[in-house]
Amino acid sequence: MFKKHGILKELVANRLMFLMLLPTLLFFLINSYTPMVGIYYAFTQFDFNTSLFNSQFVGLKNFEFLWKSGVLLKLTLNTIGYNIAFILLGNVLAIALAILLSELKTQWFKKTTQSIMFLPYFVSFVILSVIVYNVFNYESGFLNTTLAKFGAEPVDVYNTPWIWIFLIILFYLWKNLGYSMVIYLATITGISDEYYEAAKIDGANIFQRVWYITVPMLKTTFVMLLLFALGSIMKGQFDLFYQLVGNNGMLYNTTDILDTYVYRSLKVTFDIGMSTAAGLYQSLFGFILIMTVNYIIKKINSDYALF
Amino acid sequence: MKIKEESSMKWFRLIAFAVIVLSSAACLFPFLLIVSASLTQNEAIIRDGYNLIPTVFSLEGYETVFRFPQQVLRAYGVTAFTTVAGTALGLFFMTMAGYVLQRKDFKYRNFFSFMIYFTTLFGGGLVPWYILMTKYLKLTDTMTVLIFPGLMTPFLIILMKNFIRSAVPDEVIESAKIDGANDFTIYSRIVLQLSMPGIATVGLFLALQYWNDWFTSSLFINDTTKYQLQYYLYNVINAMSFVAQMGAGTGVSLGDMPTESTKMAMSIIVTGPILFLYPFVQRYFVKGLTIGAVKG
Repeated sequence: MFKKHGILKELVANRLMFLMLLPTLLFFLINSYTPMVGIYYAFTQFDFNTSLFNSQFVGLKNFEFLWKSGVLLKLTLNTIGYNIAFILLGNVLAIALAILLSELKTQWFKKTTQSIMFLPYFVSFVILSVIVYNVFNYESGFLNTTLAKFGAEPVDVYNTPWIWIFLIILFYLWKNLGYSMVIYLATITGISDEYYEAAKIDGANIFQRVWYITVPMLKTTFVMLLLFALGSIMKGQFDLFYQLVGNNGMLYNTTDILDTYVYRSLKVTFDIGMSTAAGLYQSLFGFILIMTVNYIIKKINSDYALF
Repeated sequence: MKIKEESSMKWFRLIAFAVIVLSSAACLFPFLLIVSASLTQNEAIIRDGYNLIPTVFSLEGYETVFRFPQQVLRAYGVTAFTTVAGTALGLFFMTMAGYVLQRKDFKYRNFFSFMIYFTTLFGGGLVPWYILMTKYLKLTDTMTVLIFPGLMTPFLIILMKNFIRSAVPDEVIESAKIDGANDFTIYSRIVLQLSMPGIATVGLFLALQYWNDWFTSSLFINDTTKYQLQYYLYNVINAMSFVAQMGAGTGVSLGDMPTESTKMAMSIIVTGPILFLYPFVQRYFVKGLTIGAVKG
């Protein structure tokens, strides 16, 4: 029945290694693979009291509703739009900061400022919401009290949807720039001094050295981070959006992303079928995107392929 | 030629210095605002707004928090427990997995690695996961649910694998095997010893994630005595904003409840341990990012 040289032999011979891997495999089986069965909820009218497969089957009704109401399109555009802004601005600014920081020669100053810029990454999103409130709330926020000192009109930020496009991007950068800057800085530190010395002898000034040596040397890191980010372009920064905007319906038009919508449908309206459908759409669309991106990369330059 | 080089360098340094100082200031500014507000008298905040320097110095925010410290301390306890237990358990599992998955003589390492990686590509989504946890595993209001989902992530396992691969040469494992050590002995006696810096890095990433977690509580915890610290803070902030709005809307006096300064004091108390530990541990994160950026 069992082949002598097959998986069974391998299991016996390396039983300790399988045993050591077992907790991890079980974890992903329970936490990631089992919920995939629940995708079926997306096609049902959910009822908490019956089991999964006894729920009433409604076909693609949930998707149809999401699509016809225009919700899905808006959420998709918001999710992808914000992520593109995050990826582009985040990488370009992180590269700029890393280059500037790497050219400074005072060690303690470099170390200190790098630590300070990395610090926001460690703060929880709940604290971030406190910070945003401190600066932007209407009555006592730092912005409005400062404006008042100069005799200017106060701004009602929490009731002005378009401002949040910039605020969300701003605070994403605030929290994450230090993180990506450290990655780029590590790459720059790895560039051999000989290139710079040779360029100096040839009469290249600092701007030329940065543009013709440092920037091209960062290309590999940049492309890798870019592709990695493209792979998760359908996944929104849930913590960021939810803690900044919360349940402020005024701002949904400009700030609602797939992740916040799914969370709200689950927590507030408890619309299981609908939120599973939105989640499945997000997961599936994201999956297709990654596969396509990876396929194209493999054709162009297989060194950069994600898998 | 020489002069031109020096003047361009001077300009560049000047720009670099200015940009770096400004960005650092922007990163630090919000923290100073919170610290300052936590030390300001509540009425002064409401009257003058938030300022970088306390207009009227007062410790009433901290006094209010510590007048009834049971709840904060309990939330602290929950978070401390989940952080320590989750990090220890997660590290134990992930170091073992990382070790096995980088062993070249382990035949199915690519298959299992992909099985783990695949979960980042596709998933069932939030809702089926939520129903599995609540309806089928019955984990609502348990410590298990606060610890289990955060035990490991594919990213950290890959990081761990890379660390072990670069820290433990294959020859060391080979010679230990020839000396008759079994796979677990090799792991516990050699691999763990040699990859300590990597373990510290992964452990700190994990600990940070547990410490800052509010999401798990928000989904699965109804019993307020089991709130994690961050979720407790989140609720306090919302409750106080509600009280303040009620007061403003109805014209009823709030009595002596210093809502604003208490919120800020609470934020400082919640973030304190991170700010305190940060200078000592940040180099491990830098190291982790540097190695993690290597593909593998």
